[in-house]
Amino acid sequence: MRLDLLPPGRAAYIDRIEWDSLSLGEAQRLREFGIDEGSTIETLHRGGLLGRGALACQVGRMTIAMRREHALAIHVRTGPDTPPQPAPGAPAA
Amino acid sequence: MTANPLVALIGNPNAGKSALFNALTGARQKLGNYPGVTVERKSGRAALADGRPIELVDLPGTYSLTPTSPDEQVTRDVVLGKQAGERLPDALIIVADASNLENHLRFALEVLDLGLPTIIALNMVDLAARDGLELSPDALSAALGVPVVSTVAVRKRGLEHLLGALTLLVGEGAVALRPKPAPMSFTERRDWARKLARATIVSETPSRRLTHAVDKVALHPVIGPILLFALLFVMFQAVFSWSAAPTELIEGWFSTLSDIATGNTQPGYLRSFLVDGVINGVGSVVVFLPQILILFFFILMLEATGYMTRAAFIMDGLMARVGLSGRAFIPLLSSFACAVPGIMATRSISDPKDRLTTILIAPMMTCSARLPVYAVIIGAFIPARTVAGGIGLQGLVLFCLYVGGIVGAMLAALVLRRTVAKGKSSGFLMEMPKYQWPSVTDILLGLWQRAVIFLKRAGTIIFTSTIILWTLLSFPKPPEGSTESPVSYSAAGRIASGLNVIMAPVGFNRDISLALIPAMAAREVAVSALATTYSIDAGDDEGRVEQSLGERLKGNWSLPTALAFLAWFVFAPQCISTIAVTRRETNGWKWPGFMVGYLFALAYIAAGVTYWTAVAAGL
Repeated sequence: MRLDLLPPGRAAYIDRIEWDSLSLGEAQRLREFGIDEGSTIETLHRGGLLGRGALACQVGRMTIAMRREHALAIHVRTGPDTPPQPAPGAPAA
Repeated sequence: MTANPLVALIGNPNAGKSALFNALTGARQKLGNYPGVTVERKSGRAALADGRPIELVDLPGTYSLTPTSPDEQVTRDVVLGKQAGERLPDALIIVADASNLENHLRFALEVLDLGLPTIIALNMVDLAARDGLELSPDALSAALGVPVVSTVAVRKRGLEHLLGALTLLVGEGAVALRPKPAPMSFTERRDWARKLARATIVSETPSRRLTHAVDKVALHPVIGPILLFALLFVMFQAVFSWSAAPTELIEGWFSTLSDIATGNTQPGYLRSFLVDGVINGVGSVVVFLPQILILFFFILMLEATGYMTRAAFIMDGLMARVGLSGRAFIPLLSSFACAVPGIMATRSISDPKDRLTTILIAPMMTCSARLPVYAVIIGAFIPARTVAGGIGLQGLVLFCLYVGGIVGAMLAALVLRRTVAKGKSSGFLMEMPKYQWPSVTDILLGLWQRAVIFLKRAGTIIFTSTIILWTLLSFPKPPEGSTESPVSYSAAGRIASGLNVIMAPVGFNRDISLALIPAMAAREVAVSALATTYSIDAGDDEGRVEQSLGERLKGNWSLPTALAFLAWFVFAPQCISTIAVTRRETNGWKWPGFMVGYLFALAYIAAGVTYWTAVAAGL
């Protein structure tokens, strides 16, 4: 599933990142923040009151704020201890 | 004489670099600019353990040596010895956040690849302990082959160790350059940094994570924005209520000074020049020092505690709607203090259109120079009573003026992003640092630097414009027996009468038109200009000389005029420094020209609408 669908408070592995849908600078910054294939990520908060807000995520020991566009480019997989997720390749609703 | 050894502080943003810089240099700091670029150079003097002086330079924070902004470019060029106006540092101090080692060590490894003599400062070990981390600097030092020192910059802990280690690296007999390791790829460095971090962490116990707990409230979709709004409200109330006593004190000093000058001079030009021009003019601006410091105190606190990026996060949704990013919120909030550093802070916005829009709307954020103008008008025309819930009416009006600027700026951004700065909406991607209690010294140092800048302005720009204005107001004198007031007869009065043809339709009188001219130098000059004008106008009339500027304004202006004047200053681009910094940041006259044009148009419309609405409402 895409990162923006990950329920807050649950950690997930980053399976794949659509680097092509990000600008060079954004891709570099994500990597520098430690957001890369194989890292673990957790969503913490969503800004919501004033328009469709940003997303705060925990990566390693950092809290990163990003927009939904970035979260849409990040495909994550939750661990086996979580309820089954939609089959791989299913469209993100 | 050879120059002192140069030591550069380098590290990720939020590593506590500036706090370490402040702790090592104290007040011995020099702010400047790198030649050719608009990046601030912060340097200062410190002494090594054996007493030798060194020059310390605080490089802009960056996540890697692959720059994405002019600031990061400077950092890279300095450590490569390619930066104009800077020599290659003799040694580097890599500042790394002890509670975020994995990430910060990756950058440290990249810097170590340069082969310069280097120390690693494991900073904020107290916050790491708060997170349940126990670290072994020795293990890291053994693995990397460079000294590693634990520090808590904001509490001045570990500084002797750091300076002790630095003493061995710098100057004669110091260790030579380290052998250059084989360069690694980004992934190799990342993987090694992970291993190193694991080896350095002695124990990790789960503990209450303060930052997460606070963020649950501060970033809550409903409570978060309310909290932010409440915080800003308290900030603007405090500007008025906390400043009353110190303001009175400063007013007292200038009044004493004025009495001394009057007592020691004969009536005539010299007395008028000293009392009406210098003391009244400069004094009327200096009395606002307490309010400006209170405002800066809040802004510095918001930055130092780590709340500022949360505010950006909360605001991003709204900012996205007008085509900006939450990142623009930080320069815009700094512009409440002063648009000049605000516009300079837009450098952190990588998207050029996004950045241009932020620069163009930054002057609408109510800067501290407008405070004197607002304060004197509000003080004179808005009664000091409380409305529902013990909220001061004066503070409320001030708050509305700030909100007016914000709303205006947002609407302007919306229009600009669809017209002159059209482009794809840019992203919002930033690290939110851990919450931290700021050090008193850092805040005091920041306030001190602001106070010096403000008083320097009062002593130069404001002093000079006040003298020029006094001269223009004092000459020529009306002939004996003339019933015309001295101001009307003077050169300045005549210029203002001409300008007033344009300004009268929005409710401005001649004295306002007069004040607007020197206020182009700096907004707060409007206050000193009015003070000088009414002071000269009062002449030696016993009853009127005793009046304060507020009382004089009340006697000469109607309420709609006063309100229109306030509305004008919400938008008017009356500040040479802002125009100059815009020219520098946009590389030409096109955008500052555009900015001045559209802001004056907005100011004129706002003043007109306010005036005629107030008149229609029978105020």
